[in-house]
Amino acid sequence: MSRLDVRSIGMSLLAPAIAILLSIVVTTIVIAAVGSSPGDFWSTMFEVPKPRLRVDIVNQTAMIYIAAVAAAIGFRMGLFNIGLEGQYTLASFAAASFAGAAYLSGWANVFAAIIVAMAVGAIWAGIAGVLRTTRGVSEVISTIMLNSIAITLVGYFLNNYGVKEGNSVHTKNIEPGTSVGGFAPFEDRDGEIWTLAIIAVLVGVGFWVLLNKTRFGFDLRASGQSESAALASGINPKRMILISMMLSGGVAGLIWMPAFFGGARNYGTSFQVGLGFLGIAVALLGRNRPVGMLFGALLFAFLSVKSNDLTFGTDVSPSIVQITQGVAVLAVVVTYEVVRRWRTRLEQRAVSRELAPTTEATA
Amino acid sequence: MPSAVDAVQLRGIGKRFPGVIANQDVDVTIRSGTVHALIGENGAGKSTLMKILYGVQRPDDGTITIEGKGVVLKSPTEAIEAGVGMVFQHFMLADNLTVLENMVLGAEKLHGIGDGARTEIRRISDRFGFDLDPDVLVEKLGVAARQRLEIAKVLYRGARIIILDEPTAVLVPQEVEALFVNLRELTAAGNSVLFISHKLDEVLDIADDITVMRRGTTVGTADPRTATKHELAELMVGSELPSPETAESTVTETVELSLQDITLTDEFGRDLLSGLSLNIRRGEVLGIAGVEGNGQSELVETIMGMRIPTSGRIMLGDQDVTHWHTRQLREAGIGYVPEDRHRHGLLLEAPLWENRILGHQTKAPSVKGPWINRKGARQDTERIVRDYDVRAPGIDTPVRALSGGNQQKLIVGREMSGDPVLLIASHPTRGVDVGAQAAIWGHIKHARRAGLAVLLVSADLDELIGLSDTIQVILRGRFVGTFDPAQVTPQDLGAAMTGGEAA
Ligand SMILES: Nc1ncnc2c1ncn2[C@@H]1O[C@H](COP(=O)(O)OP(=O)(O)OP(=O)(O)O)[C@@H](O)[C@H]1O
Ligand SMILES: [Mg+2]
Repeated sequence: MSRLDVRSIGMSLLAPAIAILLSIVVTTIVIAAVGSSPGDFWSTMFEVPKPRLRVDIVNQTAMIYIAAVAAAIGFRMGLFNIGLEGQYTLASFAAASFAGAAYLSGWANVFAAIIVAMAVGAIWAGIAGVLRTTRGVSEVISTIMLNSIAITLVGYFLNNYGVKEGNSVHTKNIEPGTSVGGFAPFEDRDGEIWTLAIIAVLVGVGFWVLLNKTRFGFDLRASGQSESAALASGINPKRMILISMMLSGGVAGLIWMPAFFGGARNYGTSFQVGLGFLGIAVALLGRNRPVGMLFGALLFAFLSVKSNDLTFGTDVSPSIVQITQGVAVLAVVVTYEVVRRWRTRLEQRAVSRELAPTTEATA
Repeated sequence: MPSAVDAVQLRGIGKRFPGVIANQDVDVTIRSGTVHALIGENGAGKSTLMKILYGVQRPDDGTITIEGKGVVLKSPTEAIEAGVGMVFQHFMLADNLTVLENMVLGAEKLHGIGDGARTEIRRISDRFGFDLDPDVLVEKLGVAARQRLEIAKVLYRGARIIILDEPTAVLVPQEVEALFVNLRELTAAGNSVLFISHKLDEVLDIADDITVMRRGTTVGTADPRTATKHELAELMVGSELPSPETAESTVTETVELSLQDITLTDEFGRDLLSGLSLNIRRGEVLGIAGVEGNGQSELVETIMGMRIPTSGRIMLGDQDVTHWHTRQLREAGIGYVPEDRHRHGLLLEAPLWENRILGHQTKAPSVKGPWINRKGARQDTERIVRDYDVRAPGIDTPVRALSGGNQQKLIVGREMSGDPVLLIASHPTRGVDVGAQAAIWGHIKHARRAGLAVLLVSADLDELIGLSDTIQVILRGRFVGTFDPAQVTPQDLGAAMTGGEAA
């Protein structure tokens, strides 16, 4: 790797680094402003997490990462799929009901349920795609509405057909043979890293390959960069919108699957909401790049999980980390642009210096 | 009336981009009240120099003196304050606003937005013969009128030095003449014009002074009263120009493309194309002449499957392709050089080699089955860069960094790849220098000998006459005359294009 490469990688890390620094500053100011101690806050946050939390962080990273990839598929095509939340809620419920009904057993049931999740996510997102291509309805609006519809639907089905237990309802538990579990890197009481967290790896690699190595990925990026040029090159814009929307929804369907088969075993109170929105934020933070989003997901998972410690060590509310996360996303969008300009200038100056003594001009 | 103080003095201007010296030791003097032409090959650094003078880009070295005062221009706003205005090759007008609104947009402080502004626009329009009605919607204006509006906009903001980057590329000869009349009015009133063009005849016609650039630097000046086209071309490329070969007809009997009674209606029921029929045989070039905006774009987009005709039939060989998608048509071997290279031809942020794939996503060597063939695409890009003399630092450079002419060469090279059976070319040499133009013509003639059928839309009548086997004139969406290029004169064509008698 040449010196320039090292430098350009360093440069691309600069923007996120500044963004994170900025979010730390803002968080500190907010905490101080409400009269708490920023010192306590940061020392709690930056403490090395206990083994149990380390396991949590890995599991959360996996789910957030899948969500981020789902969002990125839309972004790279110029679509804003805000509906991840509704898509994975509905998909998770459908998959949990299907798996709980135990039509199949063992791994067959797991795979079939995953397919169901992807299909439901894809179809739900596809509705927004169809509305956009046939009626010109912005996917931003339609997916927001589809989010509320999905959540209402799931609530209705759960209340009417779910299993009641005390004052909570959930879908039927999956049979023990269908549960996939995970492996415990520390002691058993510290919990397991879910086997299906591997989905995040597959999705990440798949996303990279799809985008950079395939014709479809080329079409997708071209449509995102210039709709008019894409059209003239023979890409059917409507078809692209529908397919990428469904692809995004299909991946969204996978978001909660590791947790479901790894621990939850039913759809109920243990269902984790909000992953869709985290995914959108992480996609922005990681600039829709597979590796960038991995770091983003890790950071967000770390912040969310570690914030649980705040309730013990400090008087700061754990929800303060949402400010940190929010500022990080906003700041990264801005700093990327600033750093990009600054970098162009720097490059030009470097070239000037190198070329200045030579008199032979090249055009 | 040239005055004692020069309008602009550029001294020792230098500008470097990664891997490229765009300008170095550039010296240009524009005398007050003159038209100064800047010529040079594609990538010579002309646009870069203009952008420096207009404050869009900062020079690395050198000084700018405007009307005797040294200035540092950090932005177009500062350039306008110093009296410099620029009209870009791609117009920057809002279609859905009126002439008046476009004019005052961003300059509300000068004459307000009401009657004051209207009076000022009338004054400018009358003074220089621009013939602009303040209350007409811009979408109703043709290209030439839009150009006059752009110039008027610059004057409205108080510019006395006006930069025009390839203003005539989109105009037909009559419009060019009319523009030149306007420019002479401007200079007579003491304004100065800096003018870029690849059309040397025009340069000799309008310019008072000529500066020639080569490889980023000024290599000399020429006196338009004594210089010839050949001398200019030699100064530009540093060697003798290749003289265009005369080729005998290669037209065969096999019809490659046939349009039968094509009509295209817009959503308001107006006919954009009415009853167009044509045949192009293998080895034939059919030229379409017309003032811009008379249906050429619609015709091309209909053939390319980007619009579906309201009635009529399109045949490619013996297949009915009326309802085919663009991709199917491209797969069937149609090459397409779009008229607007930025909108339809390129992904500006993507590197050269990815742009090689664009429009050829389903054909070797860009792809292997569903996979992108990176190696194949890169090798073929290298070939295009060599064969079409695309000047770029490398095939990983984003296309945005290429000069306009070099972007165009890349597109033409790409569309001629893979032995197309039919080439739909809109202004294939727009923005390309004389040397590269001859080379592109050579490539087209060569492919034609091998049986390529070509639909050529061009505003350049020399190109149309030199390349076509037949010329059709299009006016308000109809064909109004068929000409034999061996017999027709540019004057006849011009008359037919504007609905005159000669048809
Ligand atoms: N933003 C940029 N980044 C990098 N290189 C650039 C940039 N703009 C221009 N260049 C390079 O500078 C050189 C001069 O370009 P310029 O656009 O000034 O040429 P030009 O004389 O206007 O050519 P043309 O006749 O083709 O329009 C070219 O080699 C081009 O690739
Ligand atoms: Mg240029």
